[in-house]
Amino acid sequence: MLSTEDRQLLNLLSQDCRISTEQLSVQTGLSVEYINKRVKQWEENKAIVQYHAHVNWEKTGESQVAALIEVKVLPQRGFGFDKIAKRLIKYPQIKTVFLMSGGYDLALIIEGKSMQEVALFVAEKLATLEHIQSTATHFVLRRYKQDGTELMGMEETPERLVISP
Amino acid sequence: MNKYLTPFVREMPPSGIRKFFDLVSTMKDVISLGVGEPDFVTPWTIRETGIFSLEQGQTMYTSNAGLLQLRQELSRYLSNAYGLDYNPNEEILITVGASEAVDLVMRAILSPRDVALIPDPSYVAYGPCAALAGAKVRYVPTRAEEDFRLRVKDLENAYTPEAKLLVLSYPNNPTGAIMTREDLLPIAKFVEEHDLLVLSDEIYSDLTYKGTHTAFAGLPGMRNRTLHLSGFSKAYAMTGWRVGYVAGHQDLIYGMTKIHQYTILCAPITAQYAALDALTSASQSKSEMVNIYNQRRRLMVKGFRDMGLSCFEPLGAFYVFPSISATRLSSEVFCRELLREENVAVVPGSVFGPSGEGHIRCSYAYSTEQIKNALERISHFVQRRLN
Repeated sequence: MLSTEDRQLLNLLSQDCRISTEQLSVQTGLSVEYINKRVKQWEENKAIVQYHAHVNWEKTGESQVAALIEVKVLPQRGFGFDKIAKRLIKYPQIKTVFLMSGGYDLALIIEGKSMQEVALFVAEKLATLEHIQSTATHFVLRRYKQDGTELMGMEETPERLVISP
Repeated sequence: MNKYLTPFVREMPPSGIRKFFDLVSTMKDVISLGVGEPDFVTPWTIRETGIFSLEQGQTMYTSNAGLLQLRQELSRYLSNAYGLDYNPNEEILITVGASEAVDLVMRAILSPRDVALIPDPSYVAYGPCAALAGAKVRYVPTRAEEDFRLRVKDLENAYTPEAKLLVLSYPNNPTGAIMTREDLLPIAKFVEEHDLLVLSDEIYSDLTYKGTHTAFAGLPGMRNRTLHLSGFSKAYAMTGWRVGYVAGHQDLIYGMTKIHQYTILCAPITAQYAALDALTSASQSKSEMVNIYNQRRRLMVKGFRDMGLSCFEPLGAFYVFPSISATRLSSEVFCRELLREENVAVVPGSVFGPSGEGHIRCSYAYSTEQIKNALERISHFVQRRLN
């Protein structure tokens, strides 16, 4: 069970991974030594997987296309879905791989420079893999919110009075 | 047209905050730590409930006391959170913000010869509302050395046989002070001995950063002597919705409901539905906001102490109240010059009463970035004054 203080640390880091240890210490009231030790442990046991910037590519002028792919798979005896999943995660184009409940088995998110590039990847690399029964490709048209961050409507900053009692 | 105003209103001084607000409004690109409301927008679940109630055509009056469902939920909340026991049918009145409740208590309880005892410094409305009810006011000083807690010795000094009502407001605006159960017990004894009623404004009770908040009405013998005031503005970031409440003995609530029915009729129905949702579905959002305030609070206190100013540790609300006496400036001059030289707006402690002199009120209802930026500028200003 995570302590309240540790949860606070992880929340602060997940909101802004560039925050300094000193700043974390001031805001949480925990010592710098404790924070350094704890963060190192999390990095080692992969509780903290990675530090990265959340880029809204639409704003960069760089074209980028993403698609959600529903994949139906024939599970393999002794391996279930793990064996095929391990193959899929090696492709750099595939950003996300989830095993799902419901009407299909794996959900993938694939990114590429163009719809054609993504479609070609699905048709040539993905659909042809052994044990994959079928794929259905859904292109992302617009991102409104991702990983807890609103990408649209961020411009809404309601005005407060400058001074109030 | 001034001659048409009553002499009382004509003579009534405007809030010191208003004066300062007018000054700040003339300036551009001001970084402000002067705001007494959350920087969060009301959590979406609450807003959505308000919208849904409108879609359903819920646009009528409610009963004078407010939606029964809301009063029932409040009764449950007060019982679970603070061990208070109020009958939702007769002992809870929904008001237009806690502000209306302050006015109602003063008008229902105070007659022209009565005296209200009010801690100093405190929120700007208590004194004027008591005065509007025709009563006299005696301010009871609190001090930084005592963490701005109200002490019985000061109450005894301020006491007069005409005293009828004591105002308590902890966690406190502007100081951020809290009063623990141990701090409040002697006050309760004093109240009992002098047969006083208490207006306990606990609007910041959810914003307590150490230990748990003690509701004054929950102390032995205090239930029937206390009017427990609170609202949704601070903890749920709902200032603009204007919804609060007062809970107390049925006779007192009945009296206040009579004034409320003639002057207000009822609190806005949309806000009441939203408040109901706040109680039933927004406790997670509330605790997330409280966590964030607490982080900013530590940042602010450290910031002021690093500048070389003494700053007692505020454990409630969202204000710090550092002493600026090291700069040898009065709080009003400090704020004016800080505004002129560094474009930062904070509120002079003196607008909250004479004991606030020598202090400034800084709100941490701002993003960490804004706070850091403001602290840096205040630090430049202070260093120039200290050297």
